[in-house]
Amino acid sequence: MTKMLDSKIPEGPLAEKWTSHKNNINLVNPANKRLIDVIVVGTGLAGSSAAASLGEMGYNVKAFCFQDSPRRAHSIAAQGGINAAKNYQNDGDSVYRLFYDTVKGGDYRSREGNVHRLAEVSTNIIDQCVAQGVPFAREYGGLLDNRSFGGVQVSRTFYAKGQTGQQLLLGAYSALSRQISKGKVEMFTRHEMMDVVMVDGKCRGIIARNLVTGELERHAAHAVVLASGGYGNVFFLSTNAMGSNVSASWKAHKKGAFMANPCFTQIHPTCIPVSGEHQSKLTLMSESLRNDGRIWVPAKKEDAEAIRKGTKQAIEIAEEDRDYYLERRYPAFGNLVPRDVASRAAKERCDAGFGVNETGEAVFLDYASAIQRYGKTEGNIRGLKNPSSTEITELGKQVVKAKYGNLFDMYKQIAADDPYESPMKIYPAVHYTMGGLWVDYNLMTSVPGLYAAGEANFSDHGANRLGASALMQGLADGYFVLPYTIGDYLSQDIRTGGISTDSAEFNEAEKEVKERINHLINNNGTKPVDDFHRRLGRIMWNECGMSRNAEGLNKAIEDIRLLRAEFWADVRVPGSDDGFNPELDKAGRVADLLELGELMCKDALEREESCGGHFREEHQTPEGEALRDDEQFTFVSAWEYTGDPKEAKLHKEELRFENIELKQRSYK
Amino acid sequence: MDLTLNVWRQNGPEDKGRMEAYPVFGVSPDMSFLEMIDMLNDQIIRDGGDPIAFDHDCREGICGMCSMFINGEAHGPGRGVTTCQLHMRSFKDGDEITIEPWRASAFPVVKDLAVDRSAFDRIIQSGGYVSVNTSGETLDANAIPVPKPVADEAFSAATCIGCGACVASCKNASAMLFVSAKVSQFALLPQGQPERASRVKRMVDQMDEEGFGNCTNTGACAVECPKGIDLSNIARMNRDFLKASADGE
Repeated sequence: MTKMLDSKIPEGPLAEKWTSHKNNINLVNPANKRLIDVIVVGTGLAGSSAAASLGEMGYNVKAFCFQDSPRRAHSIAAQGGINAAKNYQNDGDSVYRLFYDTVKGGDYRSREGNVHRLAEVSTNIIDQCVAQGVPFAREYGGLLDNRSFGGVQVSRTFYAKGQTGQQLLLGAYSALSRQISKGKVEMFTRHEMMDVVMVDGKCRGIIARNLVTGELERHAAHAVVLASGGYGNVFFLSTNAMGSNVSASWKAHKKGAFMANPCFTQIHPTCIPVSGEHQSKLTLMSESLRNDGRIWVPAKKEDAEAIRKGTKQAIEIAEEDRDYYLERRYPAFGNLVPRDVASRAAKERCDAGFGVNETGEAVFLDYASAIQRYGKTEGNIRGLKNPSSTEITELGKQVVKAKYGNLFDMYKQIAADDPYESPMKIYPAVHYTMGGLWVDYNLMTSVPGLYAAGEANFSDHGANRLGASALMQGLADGYFVLPYTIGDYLSQDIRTGGISTDSAEFNEAEKEVKERINHLINNNGTKPVDDFHRRLGRIMWNECGMSRNAEGLNKAIEDIRLLRAEFWADVRVPGSDDGFNPELDKAGRVADLLELGELMCKDALEREESCGGHFREEHQTPEGEALRDDEQFTFVSAWEYTGDPKEAKLHKEELRFENIELKQRSYK
Repeated sequence: MDLTLNVWRQNGPEDKGRMEAYPVFGVSPDMSFLEMIDMLNDQIIRDGGDPIAFDHDCREGICGMCSMFINGEAHGPGRGVTTCQLHMRSFKDGDEITIEPWRASAFPVVKDLAVDRSAFDRIIQSGGYVSVNTSGETLDANAIPVPKPVADEAFSAATCIGCGACVASCKNASAMLFVSAKVSQFALLPQGQPERASRVKRMVDQMDEEGFGNCTNTGACAVECPKGIDLSNIARMNRDFLKASADGE
């Protein structure tokens, strides 16, 4: 064990740290900004907003995305909303409360300083987005509407139907497009970052591959920002996009950036269940549905069995024979418990034999009572005298449609079942990764000049992220944090001049990339890339998913090592490396996931406690709740690459709680 | 079920291209259309062939990347869905399915079913934004009330996913539905007013420069749009464009 990592959290009272830090860090004057180049990899909320802001400030920015347009990054798919401590609903919300909820929700494994900053800038995000023309949902009076989300007791989530991520990303994309038109950002679409380039101990550029022509390109910069998202696709089946990958982060890791808490994975409780072997990805049903929907399974095993066999329908189960298990176990928060708690509770019921689809891995999400409740209110609003129950149901459906219409349509399309008539079937699925590249308060990784923003970094969500906080963090990092903190580092570079790509370091990096591509293309194996990816996913889901134990994790590590060896010996990548070849792109990404998976299991094995999304079966209360070990594990695990994931070296960052008392998290 | 696919194969923008037939067996009705293509590609790769290239990413109908012209319709049969949301239960055993890329000179083929839609990005870059800096130091978000119906209409226009189905469905390969959706979003909201005239001029000019065709009001675009973007947006854009031109913008 080496010395504790320095998070560089500024001194002073919590609420003043960010302001005083901004006042004290070095700035780069406008004329000098024109002499400095910055690369941004990824164009989701964090990447687009960072590239747009840095370009606007005057830096020369190059932005990269693997999709055909920056607007397609996976932030686009976020549904439910974005949190901000505006207290427009006058329900007692504040910056402190958002901070407190986030730290508690993260099961006390995040940094106080970072989270408070996040809560502080949350309000600016909403102002900024509205100014950009983001069409948030509004009330009849013309002011912004809010809804509530899991793990909190206030209504602070701003939304645009079930397409909030889309609207926020299009806002950031518009800001980025504006800078592209001004020539301040140069955009490289259908480009993938293949490696980072280190010169004299600093990150000074990247090797990128043009995915249309296959050409390798060298791009130099004074600093590189990775906003390349999370690594949920290590599980093969997840709510991530097909192209979402860990490669940019993993390449950085191999060049010296520490990976922090890689085992902290969020399993989202409300997704459409797996339908068969052919499945390529899973679809989320927004957490906002838990606002109004009630989750249940039959209370009697024979009813569950009958439903599984198809001899009984959900609506035939009488009210008293239903087990609303979240309301039963967690009366204070009910259906709005945090995601990790809700997911484990669903697994517990299904494991006990109460699952409600053919595979036994599904629970009901029921809107019948919400439709009645809304129908009655709407009847009153419209002044109807003694409306019939058909009228009430119809009105209720209309209200539900206005709130969640696109989600209900999506469910109907995929499941071929009408959720207005019978309850939806849902099951937990991999959704988000709290772990990621270790960064300090300035969002710089352990490599000088290499930054990580958004889901790619680890810093704000601890062991469990609250709903509607990913969008908040992505935009906070990109619009309001990184553009300031990066200046402190770049202020040393005002006299450096342009970085040359004609150097031994760039030669070497390009050569390594080329060799790896050659290997993959010429391997002449027998199995397609997906074959390996699916098998990796199965190992990860079974042994490093919703619950983990030492035996399973040890086995998973061995299985992954074998699978990785088989991949390199037997993968078949068709086509050539000098043209558009999506299979080759995928092969490179899966090769990296095969290394990451092992590190995740190692991290999960070392963390001998249960916290947030990390549930070790050996560490639970008699009631089956997660049992943290604050004495021994109040730290961030930051892993250093040493040539083999098995030999990764652990560095610790101690987490200090000066403002919040550590408590057993209770939602009862 | 067993199917026959006729798929457009084209090795780059200069290649002439051709249709090729592929039998697929044992397709489950629960598969999505793209999962069916995955299954075919898996077989092609195992047999040592060249898999069919196509664009896709989120597979939940929001990223706008998937783009297949199936049996003569953008995103295939069914309304309000993208290719990735189309399920095989929409087809029956023995069906023959024709799959082509978006066809428009402004969308050159990259390979097989993948096309280059960067023209859409350039149209947005020409003015599809509100020129506001990202400092966060703007007005409080509730300083300007926006009537709910107006906000809802702006939102509806803003839900365009930029997939290009409108262009692919139009006999003139017109991009009017796409451009008008963005123009409308900002034309409806108070934040869009200061640049309303210059925005519509710049975006329409860029659209013309990219080589998209003109609108002849057939309405195929709105029928095939997976997000239900309304034709009235085109009317709004035309009105704004005329007004801006008359005002000397």
